[in-house]
Amino acid sequence: MSVQSQAPMVTSNHASAMATIAYRDFVKFLRDPVRIISTFAFPLIFVVVLGGSLQDNLGTQAGYDFLTFTFTGVLAQTLFQSSALGIISMIEDRESDFSQEIFVAPISRYAIVIGKIIGESLVALTQGVGLIALAVPIGVDLSPGQIIGLIPTTIASCLLGGAFGLLVLSRLSSQRAAQQLFPFVFLPQFFLAGVFNPIQQLPWYLEVLSRISPLRYAVDLMRGVFYAGTAERAKVVLDPLALNLLVVGGMFAVFLVAGTALFVRGEQNR
Amino acid sequence: MPPIVEVCALVKRYRGAETNAVDGISFDVQPGALFTLLGPNGAGKTTTISILTTTLAPTSGTVRIAGYDLANAAAVRREIGIIFQKPSLDQNLSAEENVRFHAVLYGLYPFRPTFRAMPLAYREQVEHLATLVGIERELGKPVKTFSGGMKRKLEIVRSLMHRPRVLFLDEPTVGLDPASRRNLWRYLTDVRAEHGVTVFLTTHYLDEAEQSDDVRVIKDGQIVAAGAPARLKAELLRPYLLVDAADREGLGSELRALGVAFTEGRRFRIELDGHGVHDLLRAVQTPLTHVQTHDPTLEDAYLAIVEEPQT
Repeated sequence: MSVQSQAPMVTSNHASAMATIAYRDFVKFLRDPVRIISTFAFPLIFVVVLGGSLQDNLGTQAGYDFLTFTFTGVLAQTLFQSSALGIISMIEDRESDFSQEIFVAPISRYAIVIGKIIGESLVALTQGVGLIALAVPIGVDLSPGQIIGLIPTTIASCLLGGAFGLLVLSRLSSQRAAQQLFPFVFLPQFFLAGVFNPIQQLPWYLEVLSRISPLRYAVDLMRGVFYAGTAERAKVVLDPLALNLLVVGGMFAVFLVAGTALFVRGEQNR
Repeated sequence: MPPIVEVCALVKRYRGAETNAVDGISFDVQPGALFTLLGPNGAGKTTTISILTTTLAPTSGTVRIAGYDLANAAAVRREIGIIFQKPSLDQNLSAEENVRFHAVLYGLYPFRPTFRAMPLAYREQVEHLATLVGIERELGKPVKTFSGGMKRKLEIVRSLMHRPRVLFLDEPTVGLDPASRRNLWRYLTDVRAEHGVTVFLTTHYLDEAEQSDDVRVIKDGQIVAAGAPARLKAELLRPYLLVDAADREGLGSELRALGVAFTEGRRFRIELDGHGVHDLLRAVQTPLTHVQTHDPTLEDAYLAIVEEPQT
């Protein structure tokens, strides 16, 4: 049968659409060597320099290993931030007019954003795997059980970061605005979520800010699983596992629904 | 046959704008036609095409594409192909990867990470369309190495993958050199002949509008002229005579007495409408200080329409 007379098969397959959107992001990452190097370099510098120096100066007083503490925090933060910034990069698509191609496709807007979140999560997870592989040589103690425990929590960090990025993106008008956002939206969360600093004790106003920082729950969820059954758990982990899971799941759902609705409205109602 | 595109009293006012970008336009497009929306920059062409292709919400009015209301966006999107004003290709992907991305996004084929792993029907369709526009050898190359003309051809291939019934082209030849422009049009003609697709074109090039079956001239968001190019030309190509006299009042009353229609501006403009210049001049007694015949080209006439201040 000739190709002209053959009607194209319409699978209307949202899974395929999501897969192709995710694949595009992953391929983009793999074809950008500078981005690959920088995504590994920064978290590693954080863990080695900050974790190492804190461990040597404060480790004995704190009663737990700061290098490991910083590693778990930076891992969650890297995945969260990588996914979020990846989603925010959709603004580049808008400026390079590629988003039009995606938005005129006859598929659900949720399929678009979920595909995008999956793609950016895959990118982030690649970074996570690299970070875990480099953690052992720099002196972080990792048991096989802990590595397995990291799998679901790294995925949770990626998904929460992606949905958070979507919500932020829906309020942005340009790439310039996106760049200016970093010191206000991401940097404070480093400290409020206790990525490298203990936050067991905080003044009430910082406690409030910390409680509304999404990153706090991603970091604490990861530490909750990582330190489960250890003596250090009580000194490091802030909230019960169930609470962290509930908040991460709830925030993901709310950010995803609100972010998609606002983003689509922003694209169409100009 | 019912129209494939129906637009009725369409209005778009952008947020915070004081005037309407599209101001109550209505028109129909017949199936299989080459329809052109012609107008200067900022006339409302892209706004109209954005609304018709569901990427921009209208302020009011109704639009039906292939029988579907705009509210049924997914159905409309399945029936249309779009080539945007600026190329909307992913520079990080190869030409074929851009096409594959589109085909999978439109649910035509299941996702596979490589060209070889895609179904045979897909590979044949891509190669056939690429051959039609002459880029079959470049399919595996990164889009960032493509010239403007090649990008446009790739976008045509991509837009035809899902066999749209209407193909929207928003100023597709802007930024292309004359050879690439001619080339692109030749391929578009072939594509129309083979696929029988309705083409909805916006342009500010008159020669492109001349090839169409139906034209609307849009200016300041309103349609100011309509019809087939031949009819438009007949309407627009009115030769006229410009005269002036030191005694303007005298000349005016004399022309009125002679029953000659004229408009008084910086000069007196007399539409010739079959009058001979010689007879007209012979009949006028008032001494003339200026006589000029004017035979506008299509471009002159079009410019006169779009540059005329609206009252």
